[in-house]
Amino acid sequence: MPLGLSIEVSKGYKPGAEVESGLPHRQPSSAEQRWEDETLKPALRESPERQEKFTTLSGVPIQRLYTPADLAKFNYSQDLGDPGDYPYTRGIHPTMYRGRIWTMRQFSGFGTPEDTNQRLHYLLKQGQTGLSIAFDLPTLMGYDSDHPLAEGEVGKCGVAVSSLADMETLLGGLPLERVTTSMTINSPAAIIWAMYLVAAEKSGADWKKISGTTQNDILKEYIAQKEYIFPPAPSMRLVVDTITFGAREVPRWNPISISGYHIREAGSTAVQELAFTLRDGIEYVEWVRRAGMEVDEFAPRLSFFFNAHSDLFEEVAKYRAARRIWARVMRERFGAKNPRSWLCRFHTQTAGCSLTAQQPYNNVVRTTLQALAAVLGGTQSLHTNSLDEAWALPTEEAVTLALRTQQVLASESGVTHTVDPLAGSYFVERLTLETERACYEYFQKIDSMGGMVPALERGYPQKEIHDAAYAYQQAVERKEKIIVGVNDYVTEEKCPIELLVIDESVARRQREKLEQLRRKRDNARVQAALESLGSAASTHTNLMPYILECVRAYATLGEMCDVLRGVFGTYEEPPFR
Amino acid sequence: MMTEPRIRVLVAKPGLDGHDRGAKIVARALRDAGMEVIYTGLRQTPEQIASAALQEDVDAIGISILSGAHNTIIPRICELLRSQGTEDVLLVVGGIIPDEDIAGLKQAGVAEVFQPGASTQAIVEFVRKNVKGVPTG
Repeated sequence: MPLGLSIEVSKGYKPGAEVESGLPHRQPSSAEQRWEDETLKPALRESPERQEKFTTLSGVPIQRLYTPADLAKFNYSQDLGDPGDYPYTRGIHPTMYRGRIWTMRQFSGFGTPEDTNQRLHYLLKQGQTGLSIAFDLPTLMGYDSDHPLAEGEVGKCGVAVSSLADMETLLGGLPLERVTTSMTINSPAAIIWAMYLVAAEKSGADWKKISGTTQNDILKEYIAQKEYIFPPAPSMRLVVDTITFGAREVPRWNPISISGYHIREAGSTAVQELAFTLRDGIEYVEWVRRAGMEVDEFAPRLSFFFNAHSDLFEEVAKYRAARRIWARVMRERFGAKNPRSWLCRFHTQTAGCSLTAQQPYNNVVRTTLQALAAVLGGTQSLHTNSLDEAWALPTEEAVTLALRTQQVLASESGVTHTVDPLAGSYFVERLTLETERACYEYFQKIDSMGGMVPALERGYPQKEIHDAAYAYQQAVERKEKIIVGVNDYVTEEKCPIELLVIDESVARRQREKLEQLRRKRDNARVQAALESLGSAASTHTNLMPYILECVRAYATLGEMCDVLRGVFGTYEEPPFR
Repeated sequence: MMTEPRIRVLVAKPGLDGHDRGAKIVARALRDAGMEVIYTGLRQTPEQIASAALQEDVDAIGISILSGAHNTIIPRICELLRSQGTEDVLLVVGGIIPDEDIAGLKQAGVAEVFQPGASTQAIVEFVRKNVKGVPTG
């Protein structure tokens, strides 16, 4: 049976709206009824509650109390299952953190490849267990550091990488066969991945042994983060090419990290984050299958990336629902047979948008709570934000404290000792069920629009997210939602912390390196490789081999993207009204 | 009954960054406050922004910038506004702007900088009080 139930649910941030979850109505027992009449009502008369309605951070109404009446048709084996078993609500591994702690993976990148290489080595020395690389805006948009549009932006939001030479510097001395590397790159993901693969190969690492993740999730770029270059169809073709190439040539690589993080940062609710992300996942599966690959050949390497916001139980419910929904989608909608295809493996990052510029030390507390939610929700890897990130990329001192936060959680809190400790909570199970139902409602709506590509071309998810963001902003301004240090407990203090400053000398050094590179490389080989890439782009052949040849010839990111811009064109989003 | 001329505001997002949550929220808040808002969309060059301000004959420009490129981009916009004779247009900037950069931006011609956590109400009020040539009330 296809998923998608005909039920009404509350999705956007509608303060005061009731959840009509489509779940069985509450049937309070006679004991509960008696408690309401004899204990609760007199108590409320004596001291009323602080407010009339309580809602999650996303605006979902929360009851005073959850009891067995909220889980009328709840079925342990169907709704939860044991950890490591379908539908994986309790976790993808039978032992979870008793077997192995999550990967501690701090997202890092700033300045030149030399600067970032040093930071990556430092983090490994501090006990970080995976790498994660942030690229600067020119790199994300497919421009070299010496492009006029790169002015003022080189090395500011991440590391500048324009060629294989930069990538070799970035990865210098890192143990690529032992540590996994995640790279946050989307529109030009195929090119940056090719640079990684060639740099790994030159350092002696075997493509069959290396592992890591390219974010490569273009759909959420159109929906939320907006770092797109090409129109959707050719962008999806690049994603399909990397997934199919990876399945054959780099079998331990996760060619995509289907991301809700940025959707949430753009202001979505928890349900929207989950629904749009998983529906994006469905879209990718459909496109790769249409390209002729069987679902079980590539689905085991699909990975996910979620946000950890501040409402602890809402977040835990989201992660638990994510696993259950994805397992059901893969088995029922796509008929996947391999249990590994059913697993929703995910990375989590604490919510950047929850960090406040005011009273920045409070961010350590927020991040700790959010990280706890991710761990209670069974994440496979985790990034914890640094206290200074509402202002700038983190200093070494700040990122160390953020990493230590994870280490304290892992080693001291005790939450790792048992699997899925919140299971069986009436509240958490009910919220998990409601989250799941609300997602199916969104799936149905997007299916009826013809899938996620047509939906985003008409601006549907963008509008849903914007409405939620605006409603939240209004709730903050009305003080219905409190942000400590911003709309309550306000103090007049200047920023008390030292910030990381990236100056224009980074751009100058990058420009000099590029100038040398363009002079010293075999430009005839570069030209030939770029021409082949252009011809291949206008056919249906897999582009990875052509991109790899360009990379080996030291063609730059900008040169390759220019060729592709010439063939594919560029994208403008639907106007915002 | 006379209808008052509405304040016209250009909301612009320069640079390569695509994070438009703030720009869109501010655009909508200004609209809800009765102003006429033109949103440029993403990745506008200083030249495009200045020329849109001229063509649309706006009273105010709101620039959203989070990427750290403000010290390069904002002074250039100010310069272009001056050279085309539209320096009386109220220029406000919002985004991730560290304290120590504010004085320089104001010197270049920015009327006010709204840092993270600013309320849309404060922005609406500031624009209303400070635009030139439009009767307040």
